[in-house]
Amino acid sequence: MSRTIQIDPITRLEGHGKITIFLDDQGAVEDCYFQIPELRGFERFVEGRPIEELPRIVTRICGVCPASHHMASAKAVDACFGGQVAPLAHKLRDMYYHAHYIHSHIAHFYALAAPDFVCGPGCDPAQRNILGVVAKVGLEIGGQVIASRSKAQRIQAILGGRTTHLVWCLPGGVSKGLTTDELAEIRPLVGELYDFTQFSLQLFRDVILGNPEYVELILNGPYTLDVHNMGLVDQNNAVNFYDGQVRVVDFEGREICRYSPAEYATHIAEHVEPWTYLKFPYLRQRGWQGFREGLDTSLYTATPLSRLNVADRMATPQAQAAREEMFSTLGGRPCRALLAAHWARLVEMVQNAEMLKRYCDDPEITGPEYRLIPDRITGEGVGIVEAMRGTLTHHYTCDQNGICTGANLIVGTTNNNAAIHMVTKKVASTMIRPGVEPDNGVLNLIEMAFRSFDPCFSCATHSLPGRMPLIVTLMQGGEVVRTFRRDPS
Amino acid sequence: MAERKLQVALYWGAACGGCDVAVLDTDAFILDLAAVADIRFWPIAVDGKYADVEAMADGELDLALFNGAVRNSENRRLAELLRRKAKIFVALGTCAHMGGIPGLANGASREEIFKRAYLANPSLESGNIALPAVEHKVPAGTLDVPEFYRRVHKLDDIVPVDYYVPGCPPAPDQVKAVLLAVVQGNLPARGAVVGCSERAVCDDCDRRKDEKKVKRFYRPWQVIQDPERCLLEQGIICAGSVTRSGCGVRCPDSGMPCRGCYGPTANVRDQGAKLISAVASIVDSRDPQEIASILGEVPDIMGYAYRFGMPAATLQRTVGSL
Repeated sequence: MSRTIQIDPITRLEGHGKITIFLDDQGAVEDCYFQIPELRGFERFVEGRPIEELPRIVTRICGVCPASHHMASAKAVDACFGGQVAPLAHKLRDMYYHAHYIHSHIAHFYALAAPDFVCGPGCDPAQRNILGVVAKVGLEIGGQVIASRSKAQRIQAILGGRTTHLVWCLPGGVSKGLTTDELAEIRPLVGELYDFTQFSLQLFRDVILGNPEYVELILNGPYTLDVHNMGLVDQNNAVNFYDGQVRVVDFEGREICRYSPAEYATHIAEHVEPWTYLKFPYLRQRGWQGFREGLDTSLYTATPLSRLNVADRMATPQAQAAREEMFSTLGGRPCRALLAAHWARLVEMVQNAEMLKRYCDDPEITGPEYRLIPDRITGEGVGIVEAMRGTLTHHYTCDQNGICTGANLIVGTTNNNAAIHMVTKKVASTMIRPGVEPDNGVLNLIEMAFRSFDPCFSCATHSLPGRMPLIVTLMQGGEVVRTFRRDPS
Repeated sequence: MAERKLQVALYWGAACGGCDVAVLDTDAFILDLAAVADIRFWPIAVDGKYADVEAMADGELDLALFNGAVRNSENRRLAELLRRKAKIFVALGTCAHMGGIPGLANGASREEIFKRAYLANPSLESGNIALPAVEHKVPAGTLDVPEFYRRVHKLDDIVPVDYYVPGCPPAPDQVKAVLLAVVQGNLPARGAVVGCSERAVCDDCDRRKDEKKVKRFYRPWQVIQDPERCLLEQGIICAGSVTRSGCGVRCPDSGMPCRGCYGPTANVRDQGAKLISAVASIVDSRDPQEIASILGEVPDIMGYAYRFGMPAATLQRTVGSL
């Protein structure tokens, strides 16, 4: 008899989602859907707000990567003011963003992904979590993981005043600079974080590469897709998280397109399906062709692995060494093994730590000119950063008073929606065998497909002088019915 | 014999995950908590499913922390389910407490929100007319997604809530203090707002406060603020005077005004009305025309006043958003 299996909710990710699997009479997978059950409507409810407030509203799209939204939004707002920003502010924002990456990548790798590898995909679900990981690796390492994420959070708090939901960027720059005392507090933390990135790479070699079953699963399992790759690169085609151009490269390594933020809508379009609240971005020039793999597909991924696939190099030496080791082990670049995104995440963390070191040694970083007052409003802007979970685009328009008149967002994970849907179906079809009741371990192997993407579905009363002057106008059907007034005291 | 461990669940409704990160930000305390508590359900970090919660006996959980607002039928279902399963049910964070940022959507109708997301924006597939549907038939069967409600609700519009922990997100130290109080059985009477102070943000803010008389209001980017002096006195709208403290004054201390995420102070019913009253009261003029001109410089007063609490406001909707 045909039946339906639901994995609801999917777990160890940011946000809501469910997987619906239809089995045929023989118990084989007939079809499979990856569904997102929610929408919050940010694009509509930021309209009418002062444009400078958007960076501190859109952070609430995601509490795991709030700085990604804050930075993309700040850059879109900068552009609405003709791009007038104090140069030092860009450095400080980039510095903050590297610390943010480390926090998020540690959280994902150790708390969300590692349970599948350290505890094993088929381990008792009650143990298959960060506490199970700590039980396996020991309290000392567990404590070090927690302390390292905390250090990354601390660097952000020192720089921007807050971690989750920072309020730091505003038109013209940032609201506070970095003092020499603050820098002195950050510097040793950065050194420790760099050591932790090397520790994490070694752990990956030991636990994952040291286990032939995992290597087989990564390289030859069903977790691969013939779709393209997207990521930000700088002018040297090195990985950049905060700024640059978007490059799209096919899965054989040929560049498909390269665009600046303002051109995004020429290159990207979004398809709507009625069975999910999340849209499916695709390459506009190629048109929507359905959920199809192949060299002429219009679909792509935007993940840490995609970023490493599209860039010719990392921006720092030790990260470059880690990248070369990764691609040589995986059989070259580009790599289509989606689970390798976990490794790519650790390679990126090395660049984050090295860049933090570089900023600590930058004599300008504690300078006073972190903000200017813009003198014109130009009315439209697109900001793009690499969120940890993919290329993030914010596009705003505003009127001459700087009031938002339109907003369009393409969030990191949304880029990966089609790929997640497809690979989930591929893994389900491979792992679920006719006549064999899928157990918990099998269902978790299906969830491991989306987890490689690290998806984020969510992306006084002290007295005052005087008395309030008040005019209340009651209206009905557009006509003034009555006016009340109270004058100031 | 070891004492029975506390049975705990954490869940998110219409939320961003920031409250969950605030729990993670208690750092090593998480390990201490795990020593005395079983975390039975926590989608961001633990593999429990809805069916596991449904299988629990009513009251089997000692504590459920619900963050996020209620935006759709799935949020509602889980709020009702977890309320039933938990002895102590806590609204964690601003969205559960007052609706939060997602509550700003109550200024727009469902149709307007869908139109912007699916029918009219620069990156949509041209000619798209498809919209998400609660039920949709595909060749293999029927797919369903939750119903997107016409408005956003705060948690206690839907189910009774025992305690409220305000903040967007709550400061990690406050989360830790609340969890410790639960472990030690040291909670105040039900209905209390916990994990915060009885003072206002202004009371804890180090900025110098002199005379509040304002001839011109400025938007934060229009002026280089004096870091020593009250922001409101400098004409920058700040909700510190009407907002409960406990956050650590983190926005004013980073050079930006408070937008009120910790909710109204203890004896204030409507935080936004109080802020509007405060702003109007400090205008330094007695001339109605000049007053109108000074206040006319303030854009989107509703967005300042109800940034985090539209679903908790006395007047909750605009005409046309119903």
